Amino acid sequence: MTEVRVAGVGVTEFGTVPERTGRDLFGAASDEAFADADVSRSDVESLRYGNFMGELAERQGHQGPLMAEAAGVRAPATRYESACASSSAALRSAVRDIRNGEEDVVLVGGAERMTNLGTAGATEALAIAADELWEVRQGVTFPGAYALMAQAYFDEYGGDREDLAHVAVKNHDHAVGNELAHYQDPIDVEDVLEAPPVSEPLGLYDSCPISDGASALVLVSEDYAEANGVDAPVAITGSGQGGDDMALQDREYLARTPATDRAAEEAYDDAGITADDVDFVEVHDCFTIAEVLALESLGFYEVGEGIGAARRGETTADGDLPVNLSGGLKAKGHPVGATGTAQVAEITKLLRGDHVNSDAVAGGSVGLAHNAGGTVASCLVHVVEEVGA
Amino acid sequence: MSADPTGARDEGFDDFVDAVAAGEGYYLQCENGHGSVPPRQVCPDCGSSALSETPLPDAGELQTYTVTHVATPAFSEDTPYVTAIASFGPVRITGQLRDAEPEELERGMPVELTTAQSATTGRRLLAFDPR
Repeated sequence: MTEVRVAGVGVTEFGTVPERTGRDLFGAASDEAFADADVSRSDVESLRYGNFMGELAERQGHQGPLMAEAAGVRAPATRYESACASSSAALRSAVRDIRNGEEDVVLVGGAERMTNLGTAGATEALAIAADELWEVRQGVTFPGAYALMAQAYFDEYGGDREDLAHVAVKNHDHAVGNELAHYQDPIDVEDVLEAPPVSEPLGLYDSCPISDGASALVLVSEDYAEANGVDAPVAITGSGQGGDDMALQDREYLARTPATDRAAEEAYDDAGITADDVDFVEVHDCFTIAEVLALESLGFYEVGEGIGAARRGETTADGDLPVNLSGGLKAKGHPVGATGTAQVAEITKLLRGDHVNSDAVAGGSVGLAHNAGGTVASCLVHVVEEVGA
Repeated sequence: MSADPTGARDEGFDDFVDAVAAGEGYYLQCENGHGSVPPRQVCPDCGSSALSETPLPDAGELQTYTVTHVATPAFSEDTPYVTAIASFGPVRITGQLRDAEPEELERGMPVELTTAQSATTGRRLLAFDPR
């Protein structure tokens, strides 16, 4: 089985650019990825593209071929949709087909245009990742769903808003100097606690921003890299996917995310590693509580113990397990369809040494990307490693 | 009226809300004793297609809750409002807790399932009353 290599990455600056179309954003990200990869566009055998709300934000369906055109790639293209995990779902399909020997060069990525909808419109669009009948019609928003999980966590295991505030403070700290991040300014615990409530117990600074942006990866087989002299020092060595019931009310647990447990177990087995081998992680912190739930399900903390990790300094850049060195969704931003492959792009740069926070992972060679859809009814985990480390 | 923004009736779901409004809420029980909410063709736990309507217990128990301040346009005039999940025997239901102060909210609090209307759109929704 050939190994999957990351030959090049491209990510647009995440932020508020309501006038830029999805095709414009993805064209820019993929152009950067090709420049980084030194791989010819004519060698690309397929585009796998993630997008969540294109019908609502741009009245645009059937985005696969449109984005192939935007990327200057004459190859079959398919859009993948798994809510906020859309581009990781695209990535997993590419990883599997490269390993199967079906294809040698695949362009993977995603984009989302969101801020043109405004806050209320984007909130409405994001809510379609929840169950329309049983959740959305009762007034459950996306922050509201995570707030239901946060309150359940507090009641079941303890912890409070201040613990969560440390997650936000940490991730903003990590984004300082990351020129791609939506927010690059540090904040303090008071800022988080005093911010306007969105859905209690979560406030504005517990929530990721609504962002526009795109990301792209040029993936190649190890065989192709060797035959063509492509420098691709980072490999995707593990892929896992887990699922759960769509609505929170139908799940066994209100404050746990077993879809992540299942995705992680598969990804670790696939890569032949355990959680102990992981040096740093990018997790899906759409809300502060989401980072806590992810760290527990990924096997880094016992259930009920993850909430104090940031406060204790264990997940900061100089901690034992740096988490979200990119700034995470919280500070880097969360253009939904772009997020999964942007996580892998950030990990690739961290491992290659060309990321502003690369020093924090010096000596480390194993990164992990965790990308969740909805309230973790979908989850994808990928292991990303430096080759020959 | 239907709560569907298109005006269409949603078989199973609207039947359930009608039954709750009439004080006759139910859940689906499969032959292996698993509970679920409609519409279902099969039990989500075991795939059994032998599903029967079983009366919901009168009293539910609040499991978790949130006070929402930033809403979608469909609830913009309802804010702030409380959404909650309550357990009724083997199933849980999501709804709005209409007549409780936020400081009274507590896990384990007994509630009854009823229906209410959105102040913004007039569409009906599932709701809880403190018991």
